[in-house]
Amino acid sequence: MSATASPALHVADLRVAFETPDGLLQAVDGVSFEVAAGRTLGIVGESGSGKTVAAMTAIGLTRGARVRTSGHVLLDGEDLLAASPARLRALRGDALAMVFQDPLSALHPLMRVGDQIAEAVRAHRPGVSKAAARARAVELLEQVALPDAGRRAGAYPHELSGGMRQRVTIAMALANEPRVLIADEPTTALDVTVQKQILALLARLRDELGMAMVLITHDLGVVAEAADEVAVMYAGRIVEQAPAAELFAAPQHPYTWGLLRSMPRLEAPVGAELVPIPGRPPSLIHPPSGCRFHPRCPYARERHREVDPALEPLAGAPSHRVACLLSEAERRAIWEQLAAGASPEDARAAVESAGPVPSAGAAEPPA
Amino acid sequence: MAAYVLRRVLWGLVLLVLVSLLTFVVFYVLPTADPAQLRAGRNASPALLHEIRRTLGLDRPLPAQYWTFLSQLLFHANLGFSYYSQASVGSLLLDRLPATISLTVGAVVIWIAVAVPLGVISAVRRGTWVDKLTTGGALLGISAPVYWLGLVALYLFSSDIGKFPLLPGAGSYVPLTQDPWKWFTSLILPWLVLASTFCAVYARLLRGNMIEVLSEDYVRTARAKGLSERRVVWRHALRAAVTPLVTLAGLDVGLLLGGAVLTETVFGIPGIGALNYDAILHADYPVIQGTVLLAAIFVIVANLLVDIAYAYLDPRVRER
Repeated sequence: MSATASPALHVADLRVAFETPDGLLQAVDGVSFEVAAGRTLGIVGESGSGKTVAAMTAIGLTRGARVRTSGHVLLDGEDLLAASPARLRALRGDALAMVFQDPLSALHPLMRVGDQIAEAVRAHRPGVSKAAARARAVELLEQVALPDAGRRAGAYPHELSGGMRQRVTIAMALANEPRVLIADEPTTALDVTVQKQILALLARLRDELGMAMVLITHDLGVVAEAADEVAVMYAGRIVEQAPAAELFAAPQHPYTWGLLRSMPRLEAPVGAELVPIPGRPPSLIHPPSGCRFHPRCPYARERHREVDPALEPLAGAPSHRVACLLSEAERRAIWEQLAAGASPEDARAAVESAGPVPSAGAAEPPA
Repeated sequence: MAAYVLRRVLWGLVLLVLVSLLTFVVFYVLPTADPAQLRAGRNASPALLHEIRRTLGLDRPLPAQYWTFLSQLLFHANLGFSYYSQASVGSLLLDRLPATISLTVGAVVIWIAVAVPLGVISAVRRGTWVDKLTTGGALLGISAPVYWLGLVALYLFSSDIGKFPLLPGAGSYVPLTQDPWKWFTSLILPWLVLASTFCAVYARLLRGNMIEVLSEDYVRTARAKGLSERRVVWRHALRAAVTPLVTLAGLDVGLLLGGAVLTETVFGIPGIGALNYDAILHADYPVIQGTVLLAAIFVIVANLLVDIAYAYLDPRVRER
């Protein structure tokens, strides 16, 4: 990654496992990423890919007796995983804030929204009077462009629309001008038109406040619109990571291809069908052997059942990293077929019938 | 809101008439004892019995008797006279009400003050010894009948028969206006006994509500804001978990104000419950009617107040 500034948030080799009656559930398995101030990292994956757990762990909300965590979460160099509960409490909602998926359930149903925001202010600024905190809440609601903010501060969550509620939770997260904002599926519960507004709002606020932003979503469309960098997660790991433009121009991982092909696009060839990714996310208690994606991968070879690929940079693009056992040339050839509208089976057949592809990366042993 | 309250009050009046009719049917139409016989004493002549029945109006047709009762009540606010004590039912009720109110209010204060912290702590420290102790105690409190618990308490602590004679025993009730300190000490045992069952139920209920609420998204949001755990639990979670308990408490208070029959009887407290109990023993029908109606009024009013309170506690209810 071409990080010129030192990252505001740096996650290194994060592992999170939950002890369950059925065994150890490895929800996050060695995830690393960093986000600089003023940038947005999109983390994409299916439900159960570990993206939310990674974020919740970063902000310290998964701490518990049956949770095993290792690695580092550095907020401006300070390790949050090692922080005391008191220190963590002082940081979250202040330097590090989070916006949640469903704004209706994320807001207290029996408290006025203005009071909920004022509370976030006063939690970290005990010297601020109640009246001043309330005034600040209205100011924040104006900042997130909530119409008629002064009056709406006195409303209860159920009296607002979904988009307004999400503006409220964003205002709450911004109460203390955090350096890092983690938004977990912030637009999933909203109408498409409102989604656009909320994404634009988040981008504007990020620029105004110079925040580093982590945008968690299952929707590549959201990432395409809002992220500078993208990390694709599968079964607790990052399988592909690249600058957003690069990822959409030359995706490398078969799972990313699957996500792209299952997403409706205006510029897709007429008649091209949406192709869902077959199968279901794997068990995280008994993950598949070898490459974790192999049971669902149309291009998997015998050997992929045994070898576990590492996340490695592409030869020509050090900022683009992928964890796939196919050679770079094979991947390029397959994506060309797929982009032209071929089915995964046809793409695989076409590439294999073309004979051994000159291998640019690791040499493949003869089958 | 005003229209709603008015509608509820009118409905309440209809309900009261129905309750009085039901009580009338149960006691006059299907009598358990003959009031005339009880008053006349042994070996009374049929002529005397007939005379007493005539005086009490018991020889008139039942609908006529009911109409007399109802019209007296509606047009003269007159609940009639006791067969037994020669006093008006209204004055009997007024005499007994302070004792019942004393008993109820003290018990409510105790059970809320104990149940809320117990419920919250056992929910937050689920599975620890605090939780297990509370669960065990609650089971005991729920299972033990009040009359048994009352006798055990008297046997252990009352100044007359107790093993540890610490507190005044049965029959020691003194009105608050007469001697506040004696009033207080005489009620300690009844309060604790009456509160124990309710305390157990409320603590269990609150524990369940709290566990549910603590996993809600808005509690996670409160934590993500950086609020202290104490504020998260005692303000955000409790605020939501306690609301259903307020409903229940209102109804229970309404019920108890109608007379805590068992507790009042065991401890010899001259309240509405004891009055009702005696009235049933003596087939004192007008007093039975009076106590039942008073209890019904308390329940109806409590219901109404609870619904109004709920609208203030939960803004989501207000619009409906």
